[in-house]
Order: sequence, then C-alpha cells, then structure tokens
Amino acid sequence: MSELRIAVPRGALFDDTLELLDRLGLDTREVRENDRKLLFEDAGIVTMRPSDVPTYVEAGAADLGITGKDVLLEQSEREVYELVDLAYGRCRMVLATVAGEDRAAEALRRLGVVRIATKYPRLAARHFLETGRQAEIVEVKGSVELAPLTGLVEGIVDLTATGSTLRENGLAVREEIALCTARLIANPVAHKLKARAIDALLERLHAV
Amino acid sequence: MTDRIRSVFERAGFGELYTPALEFEATFAAGDVGETRPAYRMFDEQGHVLALRSDMTIPIARVVATRYGHARTPLRFCYFAHAYRGVRPQRGHPREVLQAGVELIGAPAPEGTAEAVTVLCAALDAAGLMTFRVGVGDASLYPALLEAVGVGPERHEPLLTQLVRGDFVALERAIHALGLAPAESSLLLQVPRTRGGPEVLENTRAGALHEAVTGMRSLHALLDPAVAQRIIFDLGLVRSLGYYTGAVFQVYDPAYGVPIGSGGRYDDLLGRFGRPLPAVGFALDVERLHIALTGEERGRGGRG
Repeated sequence: MSELRIAVPRGALFDDTLELLDRLGLDTREVRENDRKLLFEDAGIVTMRPSDVPTYVEAGAADLGITGKDVLLEQSEREVYELVDLAYGRCRMVLATVAGEDRAAEALRRLGVVRIATKYPRLAARHFLETGRQAEIVEVKGSVELAPLTGLVEGIVDLTATGSTLRENGLAVREEIALCTARLIANPVAHKLKARAIDALLERLHAV
Repeated sequence: MTDRIRSVFERAGFGELYTPALEFEATFAAGDVGETRPAYRMFDEQGHVLALRSDMTIPIARVVATRYGHARTPLRFCYFAHAYRGVRPQRGHPREVLQAGVELIGAPAPEGTAEAVTVLCAALDAAGLMTFRVGVGDASLYPALLEAVGVGPERHEPLLTQLVRGDFVALERAIHALGLAPAESSLLLQVPRTRGGPEVLENTRAGALHEAVTGMRSLHALLDPAVAQRIIFDLGLVRSLGYYTGAVFQVYDPAYGVPIGSGGRYDDLLGRFGRPLPAVGFALDVERLHIALTGEERGRGGRG
C-alpha cells in the first residue's frame, strides 16, 4: 500500500494527471483500465470530480490532490496547502456576453445592476464586488452559454480553454478574471507528518 | 479526559484560573488577536461593548497585569474553558470550543518554552494519544530572514499572508517579484518548506538562517529525549495570531486531518496590559482530542 493517498480529478484534467503520475513512478494501469472503480488502494489513488478534491484533502481523507485553480478560487475557504503550479490544464476564467453591443455594460449603465450566470457563484460575486459593480449572480449547473442567449442573464462567468464553445454560441469575451492551471495541493497535517514522502514526490516532480 | 489532563497540569504546578466569558471588547482590541477576533458582541445597560472571549490567553494576560501586578514570577495558570469563535455555515465548526491550556508567565525562552512543550506532551500522553507530534516553528524567523536579505517590514505582509495560507505557488511569485539575487530567492523559497527532525536545524550554513534557528536549537537542547522525539521542527510554521513573538507550536495527529491544539510565545502581550513579562502558553481543543483519539483507536483496531 502506498504511503500517500492522492486525489485525482476525473474529467478534463484526468489524462494529463495520469501521465504526470506515470512519470512520477506511480502505477496507474489499473486506474486507466477501470473507469467505474474509484479507490485504488495499492497505487494510493482516489478518483473524483475536480470540485471534490479540496474537500477530501482538507479533511485528510487524501494527503495530496490535483485540481484546477478555478476550483481553488471558488472554494477559497478550504484550508489546504497549494504546493505546485503543474502548468497543464491551462484555462481562462472570463466574463463573456453576447457578441456585438455589450449588454452587461449597458445593464450596469442603465439599471445599475447586471445579471450573471455561472457555475462559480462565489468567484463571480467576489470579482464584481472587487471591481465595485453590483451583480445578481444566477447559479446554473450546466451549459452556462445558454443563459445569455435566452435572456436569463446579460453575461456569464465561465472557464474557457480555447474560446471555441463561446464563439460557437455567439458569445464574446469581455474581461479576463484569472488564468487557471492544475495545482498540486496538500493536507496541512499530512504536509508535516509525511514530509519525507511528500518532499520525495516533489523532487521527482521537479526532475521530470 | 479533562480530569487526566487536569492532573498533569496540577502536578506541574499550574493552578486553575476562571475568567468571565464576557470581556470588554477593548481588552481584545488591545491584544491584537489577528484572525481570532471575537465574533460575538453585545452592549450592556450603560452602552459598553462586551465581547464573548475568542481565546483564553488575552483574559489571563489581563488578569495577571491587573491582579498579580507584584506577584513573584514565574506564574503558572491552567484553564478548562470555552472560547467562542465565528463559523462558516454548514462546515461543522462549533461556535463554542472547549479548550484545555496553560499559560506560563514570566519564564523567558528557551527554558519557559521547553517547560511548556514538556507539559504539552505530558497532557497529550495523559489524554491517551499515542501517535501525536508537535510542530515547532518560530514566528520571528521569516521576518528576520526577509530583513536579512534587505526586504523591509513594509513589504512583509503579502509574503507572510501567503505563508500563513500555505499558498506556496503565490509565495513563489511574490518572492520572484521582489527582484532579489537568485541565491536569496531560493533561500526564501526553501526555508518555509523545511521541516523534520533536529537535523533541519544543523544543516543550515552560517548566515541569516543559522542565526534565525538559534532559538530552536537551544530549545531542542533543553528537551528530554522522550519529548524531543515528538517534535517536528518546522521552519515554515507561522500562526495567524498577531501576538506571537517567538516559538509557535501546533499539535498534529495522523488520525485527524486538522491540528488539535496550538500555542506559542507572546513576550510583548503582557506589556500591553501594564506588566511587561515574557510568556508562553498553549491550548488544546478537547473535542478534536476526542476525535483524534477515536481515530487512533479505530486505526489500531483496523490494522490489528
């Protein structure tokens, strides 16, 4: 059994993460072969949604975890250490509206408040608070692009890698809020008690 | 459990002290408690602002300065008392936290610190924990290091904030933004990641860092081997409590993912209440002790 347990995100970061773990010398064959199983005790890997990774790591159910900076910004109250910027999974968190005249700016000018749909309600609320604008945050669970097209909101805050989904739906990026990449995070207690194992892993990480 | 801990404190000469749960808000404002500011305030019938205490160190510092103004030092107090903290909803954080702790007042470093750490380990032994470790750092270490490489106090705050948060990615960026020589940048990056046995105190080349860990080396020299083997020297350990001046501690157990107690030196705090004395103390979170103990027992049962 591995000394460290690592929370690995399924989804967009999954393949790059497994590749990285291979290079670090972990045995990920079983993880690749079996997409229903979640807990791989021998390899020291647990797989889950990226947004659950900080939850497991904060509680110490996993010692380390890999997740996007977008998740960490949304869950900024989680008490986890952020150890390394892994540089892959590069995306931008943006404010986008329907292309053409900027309806969000128009709503702010005429009504003093703008409606924003997002899967990142806390991050979006913080961005508008910090820039001194009033926003009504509408939380949606999927296909954020739909919200401004149907008139539910004037703008969206969402993550985009290439911008092609936004463009295909006739949306234009108005502001860039943050640049997000995959991050290696650690449970603060494990970081002290399993220092040797974690440092050995970090050393291999910097070597590859 | 509290009875067993109480007998450890009493054997070590610590007398139990009670203070009111309500203090004047101004008392806490004078103490600079950083992130553990009182969360609950109320008015009395004369319009004074009262606060539910958010920790026990400040009330005891007040009592010592006002009622033990001329008493012989060192003074040894212990307490089993509730502190009241603000919570984030739905996170299972209690608003009322039962703390078991001691304050050793008038005992400077390193002897006073060694006594406090020794009592801390004895209390954890008495509580029944087998695998606990005590992280020991120094609140003055990183600021001293920054000064030594020519970074003035006005530029410390963003760096220390990232360090307290444990955001090493942001810390690295902030260090690079300082525009220091590569060797100095890598020193500032490496030191907060350095933690382990007493060897981490020896492997420092002469210079700013060697000076900064002198206090930790002399503390280690005073500790009984049974206590010393529990210590993790952690050059990156800093606490968000503003009043800490020197050694800081944090108690860990592999059976629980969050620290179960903490403490440190607060040599400037008593002076703010009118009787300047060096002091050190710690507080254990009794509920977390129980969780860690249960976790340890479950782990032992599970692995036979």
